[in-house]
Amino acid sequence: MDKRRAQLLEDFDLLENWEEKYDYLIELGFDLAEMPQVLKTEENLVKGCQSSVWFDIRCENGKINFDADSDSLIVKGIVAIVDYLYNGQSAEDVLKADLSIFEELGLWQHLSSQRGNGLMAMLAHLKKAATDCLSQ
Amino acid sequence: MARDILSARQDFPILDIQVNERPLVYLDNAATTQKPQVVIDTLRDYYTRYNANIHRGNYAIAYEATEAYEKARAKVASYINAEHKHEIIFTRGTTESINLVAYSFGERFVGEGDEIIVTQLEHHSNYVPWKLLCERKKAKFQVVPFDENGDLDLEVYKSLLNEKTRVVAVNHVSNSLGTINPVKEIIQLAHDAGAVVLVDAAQAVQHIEHDVQALDADFYAFSGHKMYGPMGVGVLYGKEKWLDAMPPFLSGGEMISNVTPEKISFNVLPYKFEAGTPNVPGPIGLAAAIDYLQEFDEQELRAYEDTLLNYGIGKLKEIPGLTLYGNPKQRSSILPFNIEGIQHFDLGVLFDARGVAVRTGQHCTQPIMDALKVPGFVRASLALYSNRDDIDALVESIQRAIKMLKGAKKHG
Repeated sequence: MDKRRAQLLEDFDLLENWEEKYDYLIELGFDLAEMPQVLKTEENLVKGCQSSVWFDIRCENGKINFDADSDSLIVKGIVAIVDYLYNGQSAEDVLKADLSIFEELGLWQHLSSQRGNGLMAMLAHLKKAATDCLSQ
Repeated sequence: MARDILSARQDFPILDIQVNERPLVYLDNAATTQKPQVVIDTLRDYYTRYNANIHRGNYAIAYEATEAYEKARAKVASYINAEHKHEIIFTRGTTESINLVAYSFGERFVGEGDEIIVTQLEHHSNYVPWKLLCERKKAKFQVVPFDENGDLDLEVYKSLLNEKTRVVAVNHVSNSLGTINPVKEIIQLAHDAGAVVLVDAAQAVQHIEHDVQALDADFYAFSGHKMYGPMGVGVLYGKEKWLDAMPPFLSGGEMISNVTPEKISFNVLPYKFEAGTPNVPGPIGLAAAIDYLQEFDEQELRAYEDTLLNYGIGKLKEIPGLTLYGNPKQRSSILPFNIEGIQHFDLGVLFDARGVAVRTGQHCTQPIMDALKVPGFVRASLALYSNRDDIDALVESIQRAIKMLKGAKKHG
């Protein structure tokens, strides 16, 4: 996970301005594995007032696996970062997850402080799933 | 001699800043307007020279603060042509003004089986307080819908009015669609049915007519910060006969005349409704904003804002895939839109990367979003310092965002 963090930081460092950063986020979003339509249920919806995120989280052999998508391409890019860092990781590691990477990427102020993009809610969902996974 | 409107821009220091290494293009004026230097200086002067609590200190700076505060009340009364200056109540903003009426007028004059009419074009702040009042009092909550152009359906309105209607609450200008509602006619019809009318003028008082006597409004609410004044000050105008008959909203200091364990008697208007230490510099700053606005010729200002709005409408309509919401008979200062296949939040974020500030989302008007069947939209809104360069920067940002978001789709 640390290697992946470092990779992300290195990639973002090459981007010169906000437009390039968002462009990169959008590209990351497009590389995210497509979420099967059947998983986009009301139950899996993390509703924000500006954009929606669907999260289907599963505990498999002590690991957290998930499919996710968003109707916002920029939020989908954020989802892709969460996916890159945490999908398939052990429940223990997911429990230790924090959002400091978004601060380090310089995205915190621009995205996370806004109501409704669901980043905080996304993390809460992941951690809850990880807690449930460990107590099974 | 009125000032040239194009010279206004130089009075707003914030318009010179850079955002994300680009000049700020501020198009979120319906959320709040920027402040001219004279308002900033007025607040600074208050805190630097004569900050004191008002109506009680018997010393020089308290006299000065009290005088400035009460002069501000007179200034506001004259700006909206209220008959008496004690009909002006200072509040925190439009929301508090409306809540004051919903609670206080509602307490005294609304009962079980009575009816209250709002419209589908209302901001939540002129919708929710009335809905909650209806729930408390077991009164009926009625909503006037708008048509495909974003104009209120007056036929439905007429059919809803009856002898049980106590209050009609309507905005003069919709904060989402910019529709200018025919409030004069709405008020006349309500009065014929024996109902009182509260006008939410938050998006109107700085742009269009603002004469409460000409409108014959019973209550008229607006915010200082949307009309170039400071944050945290609002106004409630109410006709004397209603304010006199209403019980106090908040209680405490200032609003009483006599307090004994047996009996409390209330202060006279407007103090009955201004419990506690008020926001003293707020109204003083608002008065400075009104003075500032009055440096310009009002008709010229309206014509300028209308021309700019129409320029914006024309430019936006040229963009393929863009939907401009509403086509009301009369519109003020607001450009609501979406781009086909693009989420409004993404547009807002990408505009910001180019220094363009707009609002995206539901604009506190979920009933409007439900009627239009959209999750939200982008709203660009104008002020007196807005110009064609702002619109052109917006259009350029839209084109750029379309390229980035749709280009990514092709690439992906």
